[in-house]
Amino acid sequence: MPAFGMPDFAMPAFAMPGQGLIGGLMIGIAAAIMLLGNGRIAGVSGMAARAVGLSDGGAPRSIAWAFVIGLPIGAAIVVLATGPVVARYPMGLATVAVAGVVVGIGTRLGSGCTSGHGVCGMSRLSKRSIVATLCFIAAGIVTVAIVNMLGGGW
Amino acid sequence: MRRTLISLVSGTIFGAGLAVSGMLDPVRVRGFLDLFGRWDPTLAFVMGGAMIPMAIAWLVTRGMTNPFADTQFHLPDTTRLTPSLIGGSALFGIGWGLAGLCPGPGIASLATRPVEAATFVVAMLAGFALVALIQRRSRSAMQGETV
Repeated sequence: MPAFGMPDFAMPAFAMPGQGLIGGLMIGIAAAIMLLGNGRIAGVSGMAARAVGLSDGGAPRSIAWAFVIGLPIGAAIVVLATGPVVARYPMGLATVAVAGVVVGIGTRLGSGCTSGHGVCGMSRLSKRSIVATLCFIAAGIVTVAIVNMLGGGW
Repeated sequence: MRRTLISLVSGTIFGAGLAVSGMLDPVRVRGFLDLFGRWDPTLAFVMGGAMIPMAIAWLVTRGMTNPFADTQFHLPDTTRLTPSLIGGSALFGIGWGLAGLCPGPGIASLATRPVEAATFVVAMLAGFALVALIQRRSRSAMQGETV
């Protein structure tokens, strides 16, 4: 397939729509528990910043830490129950580190990430979250297209 | 204590959902952004799936005066589209596209791919710290002017 063609919207064989939907429902239930139980947005970047004291305001730090610690615990439970999950990292640690800094700056300036804006805010029909989500998905698509064009795709 | 436990349960189910949905695989996440190449629609199903319970939860909150474990809701009430929201989100998207990692999968992967995930999380915290530093400085500078 050429690096630049018309997008192909047919369901490819490597897609996992069923597992995606089930995992997505779990994520939505998790966010609903946070909203209905604690009255807060289950936004990972906000909770993580709050946990380490890099955000003024927001959830009490115990709530933030508990949510953040739960994430790897949940992943570990799935691995223990069903075996290793696929996790491919062909890009190298330097790229991971650069991306991490950019994601850190961007999510704080933008007040949220895929969870806070994408899941919680979009389902609330928040104008800010809809705009933010369109921005980061568009920027991600452009970034991947440019990296592919420069021959650095993976 | 009850609030902390609710938060832990939420985080745990969230992390499990990320693992089940294949979102701990950067190649798959990046694939969703590879619209003009080897497009992988899985992430769209994850987001769509997640929005179903959340949309219901938002409807349920309309009939509630307060959440189960707190005396009030703590929700963002800003509606302004600011340069910071748009620029920051675009920057986040660039980082997301570079490595196929966003904060949730990055932190959840500490359990499955500790070296790569720790690299991402430490770098992300450095990014958080940079923004916090700049925001706190500009805030104290503004306070200095008004005094």
